[in-house]
Amino acid sequence: MLEIRGINKHYGAHQVLTDVGFTVGDGRMTGFVGANGAGKTTSMRIILGVLSADSGTVLLDGVKLTDGDRRRFGYMPEERGLYPKMKVAEQLVYLARLHGLSPAAAKSNTSDLLDRLGLGERGGDLVESLSLGNQQRAQIAAALVHDPEFLVLDEPFSGLDPIAVEVVLTVLKERAAAGAPVLFSSHQLDLVERLCDDLVIIAGGEIRANGSREKLRDQFSTPRFQIHTDDDTGWIRGVDGITVIDFDGGEAVFEADSDAASQSVLREALTRGAVHSFGHLRPSLSTIFKEVVR
Amino acid sequence: MSTDTKPGTDAGTTSAFPGQNAARAGRPTHPAPSFWASVWLVSNREIMSRLRSKAFLISTGILFIIAIGSVVAGGLLGSNPSSTQVAVVGSASSVVEQSEGLTAVAADDVAAAEQLVRDGTVEAAVVPDDDSLVGVSVIALESAPSSVMNALSVSPAVELLDPASQNGFLVYLVALGFGLVFFMSALTFGSTIAQSVVEEKQTRVVEILMTTIPVRALLAGKVLGNSIMALGQIIAIALLVGIGMAVTGQRVLLADLGPAIGWFAVFFAFGFVMIAALFAATASMVSRQEDVGTTTAPVTYLVMLPYILVLIFNDNPLVMTILSYVPFSAPVGMPVRVFLGTAEWWEPVLSLAILALSTVGVIVFGSRIYRNSLLRMGGRVTMKQALRG
Repeated sequence: MLEIRGINKHYGAHQVLTDVGFTVGDGRMTGFVGANGAGKTTSMRIILGVLSADSGTVLLDGVKLTDGDRRRFGYMPEERGLYPKMKVAEQLVYLARLHGLSPAAAKSNTSDLLDRLGLGERGGDLVESLSLGNQQRAQIAAALVHDPEFLVLDEPFSGLDPIAVEVVLTVLKERAAAGAPVLFSSHQLDLVERLCDDLVIIAGGEIRANGSREKLRDQFSTPRFQIHTDDDTGWIRGVDGITVIDFDGGEAVFEADSDAASQSVLREALTRGAVHSFGHLRPSLSTIFKEVVR
Repeated sequence: MSTDTKPGTDAGTTSAFPGQNAARAGRPTHPAPSFWASVWLVSNREIMSRLRSKAFLISTGILFIIAIGSVVAGGLLGSNPSSTQVAVVGSASSVVEQSEGLTAVAADDVAAAEQLVRDGTVEAAVVPDDDSLVGVSVIALESAPSSVMNALSVSPAVELLDPASQNGFLVYLVALGFGLVFFMSALTFGSTIAQSVVEEKQTRVVEILMTTIPVRALLAGKVLGNSIMALGQIIAIALLVGIGMAVTGQRVLLADLGPAIGWFAVFFAFGFVMIAALFAATASMVSRQEDVGTTTAPVTYLVMLPYILVLIFNDNPLVMTILSYVPFSAPVGMPVRVFLGTAEWWEPVLSLAILALSTVGVIVFGSRIYRNSLLRMGGRVTMKQALRG
């Protein structure tokens, strides 16, 4: 488990991070969400040790993270970059060797990853000759080639086409399932919503919300329900403790004062005819995000 | 409506992984490489990328051709004048055989000798002449043949009280040679390092590298790789020159020059590392290739200055002594003094010690600038920012 505690960082008079703290659990995909300039990249750089914080600590399993531990991280910086005049496979082998892999392990990891990411045929090409999307795939390969124990990825999906997004998603989920803590930032909230187990929302250099996705949804949900029936649902207005928010023929959205009130609506609906769906309306990530950041 | 309409059907959160650290430890583990293993990997990449660069291969080829060419040209110009053929008649042959630079072609009589002169087969004819002081007279076609006259003349003995150990022009050439090789090599490989530093910064690959290996290993690898290439080039040139001199029969010069070339190689190794560290540090302060020239200009002057001073003052013992101890000019100054024979045996050793210490100092100073500047993108990093961190 990776634990970030009380990180402060300023540039000149500008405080970019204020008491930032959150955890990234083993085997959990943790989404790091925030507007541009909110402090995501700075936080990630501090975790990776390329920037030093004014105060605060990063702990790994309760022990202060060392540079040696950081070698076992897979990092994809926000600022993408590989050697443009080096062959793709050669470059990945080089990075893997720098992480301590044997030449044989570096080569086999490289060819496996390139195949998985659909770059199997391009290993011998110069990086600069690849399309931007393919360069992005190569960049992801660079973060994964050394069997990292942790993944910290800054906007891993930006610049990828939908097919590549699926491929990368599958690879990342696999790593998480194998026990690696995965921290990634993104501003594609729908993607984060689909992918993450945990969420960290940052705004103005402060953590505004964090926890498991379900917990956050519960925390920010209103007692709002939706029902879809065959018949007209106008009758709901008359039920005690219910305020109808939206109503359109067989569909209605309403707020209930209590669970009992919402259940009585369902019971009543069933006596009147078929009920196609009934459920607690929970806010989407983008709704939570807007609310939290406001 | 932007709200989720599928209550309770969300994929549940993945349950916390049981035996978390055990699971993490289940992946293949790779021990981090040692500091020097990292340096070696970086250095190898630098060397490979240099060897694959057409520009590098072509410029090295040209340098080698110039080195061989200058030795061959020197051999042709400086070799002993080919002996002049003269026709000799009778007893004159003994006189001619005593003279250096003349080859006797026997002729039956004076008429036959004159015929050989007219043919152009020989430069002149030397015939017995009892009236002459030296016992022979010379027959030539149009004008008195100076080479033959000099060879047959008798000169008084000369005693030099303070003989110059090397001739002035040769000293100038040797100083020029050392200066040029040092200057060219330091500048070529120095700017190569500068470009490679900025390339990593400009393409942002440096951020991945920084999280993979210590920054000092990255800098050391760059300096080592390029130093190996530069020193390799220098040794190849030295070997070419040495072999060339041996083949073209300039063994005397080779014996004089040998120790100076040896010292030059040693001084070069240290001097280059110092300059390479300076190039890397100053280059790390900018983010674009276009700005490399401006930021590394002071280092370029440092390399050029001693070269120019040594060329101008190679006949001024005081200035040369100073230059042979100043770290930046010592790689050229001290070998020239060794060649001149004006340096005591301990002088190159002392100068080398000063150079080595300065190199260590410059590396410490340079790696500080390098580490502090690598992630500062955009404008030029000021020296103050780079040193403070």
